[in-house]
Amino acid sequence: MGTKMFSESAIDRIEQEYKEWLEEYQKALQKLPERLERFSTVSDMEVKSLYTPLDIKSKDYLEDIGFPGRYPFTRGVQTTMYRARLWTMRMFAGLGTAEQTNERFHYLINHGETGLSVAFDFPTLMGYDTDSPLARGECGRCGVAVDTIEDMQRLFAGINLEEVTTSMTINPPASVIWAMYIANAENEGYNRRKLGGTIQNDCLKEFIAQKTLMLPPEPSLRLVVDTIEFGTREVPRWNTISISGYHIREAGATAVQELAFTIYDGITYVEECVKRGLNVDDFAGRLSFFWNSHIDFFEEIAKLRAARRLWARIMKERFGAQKPRSMMCRFHVQTAGCSLTAQEPYNNIIRTTTEALAAILGGCQSLHTNSLDEVYMIPSEFAVKIALRTQQILADEVGVANVIDPLAGSYFVEALTDRMEEEANEYIRKLDEMGGMVAAIEKNYPQMEIADSAYRFQQQVENGEKIIIGINKFPSEIPPLEILKIDPEIERLQIERLHQFKERRNKVRLQKALDELRRRCEGPPCWENNVMPALIEAVKAGATEQECCDVYREVFGTYSDPASF
Amino acid sequence: MSQERKLRVLIAKPGLDGHDRGARIIARALRDAGFEVIYTGCHQTPEQIVQTAIQEDVDLIGLSILSGAHNYSFPRIMELLKENGADDITVIGGGIFPLEDIPKLKEVGIKEIFTPGTKLEDIIKWVRENVKPRRVDAA
Repeated sequence: MGTKMFSESAIDRIEQEYKEWLEEYQKALQKLPERLERFSTVSDMEVKSLYTPLDIKSKDYLEDIGFPGRYPFTRGVQTTMYRARLWTMRMFAGLGTAEQTNERFHYLINHGETGLSVAFDFPTLMGYDTDSPLARGECGRCGVAVDTIEDMQRLFAGINLEEVTTSMTINPPASVIWAMYIANAENEGYNRRKLGGTIQNDCLKEFIAQKTLMLPPEPSLRLVVDTIEFGTREVPRWNTISISGYHIREAGATAVQELAFTIYDGITYVEECVKRGLNVDDFAGRLSFFWNSHIDFFEEIAKLRAARRLWARIMKERFGAQKPRSMMCRFHVQTAGCSLTAQEPYNNIIRTTTEALAAILGGCQSLHTNSLDEVYMIPSEFAVKIALRTQQILADEVGVANVIDPLAGSYFVEALTDRMEEEANEYIRKLDEMGGMVAAIEKNYPQMEIADSAYRFQQQVENGEKIIIGINKFPSEIPPLEILKIDPEIERLQIERLHQFKERRNKVRLQKALDELRRRCEGPPCWENNVMPALIEAVKAGATEQECCDVYREVFGTYSDPASF
Repeated sequence: MSQERKLRVLIAKPGLDGHDRGARIIARALRDAGFEVIYTGCHQTPEQIVQTAIQEDVDLIGLSILSGAHNYSFPRIMELLKENGADDITVIGGGIFPLEDIPKLKEVGIKEIFTPGTKLEDIIKWVRENVKPRRVDAA
């Protein structure tokens, strides 16, 4: 017996009356026509004027919607959701030196933040030390500079690493930075089995969108599997990957493209782990996701609900997962940086609030809210406090966290959720036919799909089809704003400190550790050649981030942007 | 009889950031407007950019950067163009710049800086009005 939500006779009667209503609607439009020729989401998905039971008549409540904490998790991954525990308020932060960022962490914790999230500067993200010629002018500008385990120590000074969970946005060098985090925690007396947090570690979306490029796809995947394997055995509370749609969306993808490419990246990681010989139910519970919350309110809620159902079905049907935990799409959300404007920047507070509300109604596990000045620079303390307060007001004043998945059963939201899943599945079939994500990346397929969407959106903004207040409606100039300044002098200080650190190292121990890392990289991928134990020893012996990454680059080769447009 | 060749444009991304949405949109828009467009891709050093500009014999370099490292890379690119006798190439920039940095970038020879929200048609118009081919090919 199915659990369809409407009887056939009810549907017949509704259909009849719907037809009558539609006629009245058309008649009314003759007097006063619709405001727009076409109504569509920010992703250009056309939406109707009205949704009714007819749009979800084929849905089966238990099969398609169900209960929170139960398959297919459409209504949330936890049984109790925000009734028992709110989402983690996790503000992405990093600026200047490790000390300056540590100060920002304490500031945020003191104002009620409940989890940490580290933004590294570009040299760190790309696996270069601050003294590399390629790093000139970049130190501390878009995040914090971390070259050594001492920087890591300074970054987390005074923070209890067994109590606070830390998310680190780091990709090609994820294994190295994670090793530094674990090594530092152990030096401070913490137990690695009790450490909780996340490394982004999603190399595929780098090729697709974010372009933090270091190694070719195959060895990049090998390192991802090494970290998942190591986490499964040694750091069981750690999310060893955050499979990310955020950057895909920021690069210009539609909501469906964000959903489809990200879920397919997830499929690829699971396949790679299975190839290594790992059991799905041993590691899948530590896979996590990261979505964008863009400006189109219902589209985002539908996307997040669809993501959970899609992933659950894939894990169960495609990979034969048994444990419910393995089927859960647990995720972090960040509001959309690309939706903000430099013009009239205070309007960004309203945009971020709306996007945060969608993330909450979409059932996120943690959330970053952008600051009003993030279009200009890393946020000032003033701006970041408003962004954090935005989450707190939504959590404690507005009442949206009181009822689980309150939009379930909305004809529109359910119909849009279905459509997200269906259209994402079309992409998934196409990627399967292309031979998987690596093959598709080599053909530039996801990159060009995103570029097409980005260009189309830009044209729609230019011709007024899509409206951005302050840009193409009520256009306004970019005002001067009191923004955070990064002192260019810190680059010299960081380099000086790095050189002093290098002087103090035991050269014999260091060389031995780096040789062992190289040996493991050169060997076939397996537990005995897992890079993580060698990296932890190397960074304890004083290896810098770049020294470890140089071993990778020498053994695996490098990869540069194919520059398609 | 000589014929003006199409303007040749290099869209280049100095610095280590991967924010290439803007650069790729500009590259497409300029191509659609009838220019010859070459795009470097991300993570180019000033040396690589200047070398490509000279090799490709471009009339215009459009630099796109969102990492905040423009105060190093833009002046360095201008310096290298001068050293290589190619400082007749017009150079413009786009991306995120603190307002007070813009006059300094113009002082070192960057002709125009385009900030977020600029219309593509305004950029295309600027290029048409301000950039002429460096050499005229004999037909």
